[in-house]
Amino acid sequence: MKYRSVFDIIGPIMIGPSSSHTAGAARIGRVARSLFGREPKWANIFFYGSFAKTYKGHGTDVAIVGGLLDFDTYDERIKTSLEIAASLGVKINFHEEDAITDHPNTAKVVIGDDNGELELVGISIGGGKIEITELNGFALKLSGNHPALLVVHDDRYGAIAGVANVLAKFAINIGHMEVSRKEKGKTALMTIEVDQNIDNNIIEELTGLPNITQVTKIVD
Amino acid sequence: MFRNVAELIEIAESKNKRISEIMIEQEMEFTGKSREEIIAQMDKNLEIMEQAVARGLEGVRSVSGLTGGDAVLLQRYIEKGNFLTGKNILDAVSKAVATNEVNAAMGTICATPTAGSAGVVPGTLFAVKDVLNPTREEMIQFLFTSGAFGFVVANNASISGAAGGCQAEVGSASGMAAAAIVEMAGGTPDQSAQAMAITLKNMLGLVCDPVAGLVEVPCVKRNAMGAANAMVAADMALAGIKSTIPCDEVIDAMYKIGQTMPTALKETAQGGLAATPTGRELEAKIFGVSLQKGD
Repeated sequence: MKYRSVFDIIGPIMIGPSSSHTAGAARIGRVARSLFGREPKWANIFFYGSFAKTYKGHGTDVAIVGGLLDFDTYDERIKTSLEIAASLGVKINFHEEDAITDHPNTAKVVIGDDNGELELVGISIGGGKIEITELNGFALKLSGNHPALLVVHDDRYGAIAGVANVLAKFAINIGHMEVSRKEKGKTALMTIEVDQNIDNNIIEELTGLPNITQVTKIVD
Repeated sequence: MFRNVAELIEIAESKNKRISEIMIEQEMEFTGKSREEIIAQMDKNLEIMEQAVARGLEGVRSVSGLTGGDAVLLQRYIEKGNFLTGKNILDAVSKAVATNEVNAAMGTICATPTAGSAGVVPGTLFAVKDVLNPTREEMIQFLFTSGAFGFVVANNASISGAAGGCQAEVGSASGMAAAAIVEMAGGTPDQSAQAMAITLKNMLGLVCDPVAGLVEVPCVKRNAMGAANAMVAADMALAGIKSTIPCDEVIDAMYKIGQTMPTALKETAQGGLAATPTGRELEAKIFGVSLQKGD
C-alpha cells in the first residue's frame, strides 16, 4: 500500500496551488536538504514529464527551492524562495528535460558546496506524497513514512550485520531495509526504515563501525 | 486494515461502527498515536479549511488574474433568492470555489486529497453544516470518512492528475465528499459506498488539461461541479438508489481509464482546454511565450 495514513489523503496543509507540483516538490527539496545536512551553495534542478511541462504554472520551482531552504509545505516564504535563495547567495539553475521517466512527476536535484555534492531523484506520487528513488546514483525506495537511516558503506561481508547489531543493542526495530550497490566490492548503500527516532549517539556508534563511510538520518 | 471499499463496509457493519470510526482506529494502529492526537491533527486541518473558505468568500484573485471572485458572485446571487437549483447546492458550490480560488492565489489550504481538488470536501462540509447542525466532532468525523474512501482510491487507483487525469483528483474528491455527506446525514456505511460509486461513475474519463499549466482553469469550476455532483449523489444514495456497478469496480475502472488516457491530457498542459486557441493565447500572455515547444 502506497498510502498508509489518513493524513496522506486529508492533508497536507500547504501553500497552493498543487499538492503534487508544489507540496510534493517542496518535500523532495527538503529531503535533499536534510540529507545534505546544510545549506547548499548551489543547486541544479532537473524537471521531467509533467514537472517539466508545467513547473512554472504550479510554482514547482519556488517550492523545490523552498524545500532546499528547509521550508515546510505550509511555509509562506515558499512564495519568495527564489529571492531568498539569491539573497543567501545560493545559485540555482533549472533544467527542463525531455527524457521519459517511470513517473510523470520526477525531479532530480543536484546540490553542493565547497565540501561536497549530493544528487537525489524524487517522484511526487499525488496528494503531496513523495518517494525518493535515487541517491548519489544508488537506486532506493524511501517512502518518508517512517524515520530512516541511510548508511553509505563498503561492499564487504559483516557491514550489514554490524549495523543491525548496533540497532539491536539500542532496541531499534527495523521495519524495512534495502541494500544497493553500483558495483561488486565498491561503495554500497543501506536504506533502513525504523520504528523509532534515532538519537545522535547511535549515529556516532554506527559511523565508527568498520567499512562504514557515512550515516545520515531522516526524521519522521 | 481495509484494502478496498467492500472490506471497509464489512468492518463497519460487523462492528456496528461508523466509517469515520474505522478510519480513526486504523490510523491509531498504523501510527501508534493516541485517539486525542489524531483527532487534534484533523481538527487543525478543519481549521485551515474554515480559514480558506472564509478568505475565499471575502474575494481573492490569483497572480495570473485568471481566477478569483466567483465565490463572492455566487453568494450574492444566492442572497437574491431567484435561483433554479437549490440553496444548499449553490452554497456548497460557492464554498468549493472559495477554497480553490485561495489555492490558485497561492494561499494556505488543506489538500483533500490534492490541492487542485481541495474545494470539494470542505465546500460540501460547510454547506451541509448549515443544514444538519453537526457538532465539531461530527465535522471532524466527516473528514475521516472522506479520508477513508480517498485512502482506498489512492491505494487502488490514483489521486494524481499527472497519473490519472482529473477523474483521479476532482473525481476522487467528489466521491469522498458524497460518502461523508451520507454518513453525516445518518445514512448507512453501504449508502456511503453507493454515493461514492454514483459520484465517481459520473467523473470517469475527466481529463486534466490546465490552461497554461496553472491550477485555475478549469480546476476551480471543476471543483464547483464536483461539489454539486457530490450533493446530488448523496441525496440519491440516501433515497435508497444503488449503483449497479459496485464501488470497488468503479474505482478499478477509473484506474484503467487513467492508464490509457493520453499523456497530453494528464496535467501536461498539452491537450484539451489548454490547447484551445484561447488557452494558448492566455498561456502566451501570462508567460510571455508559449510553454509548448514545437507547436
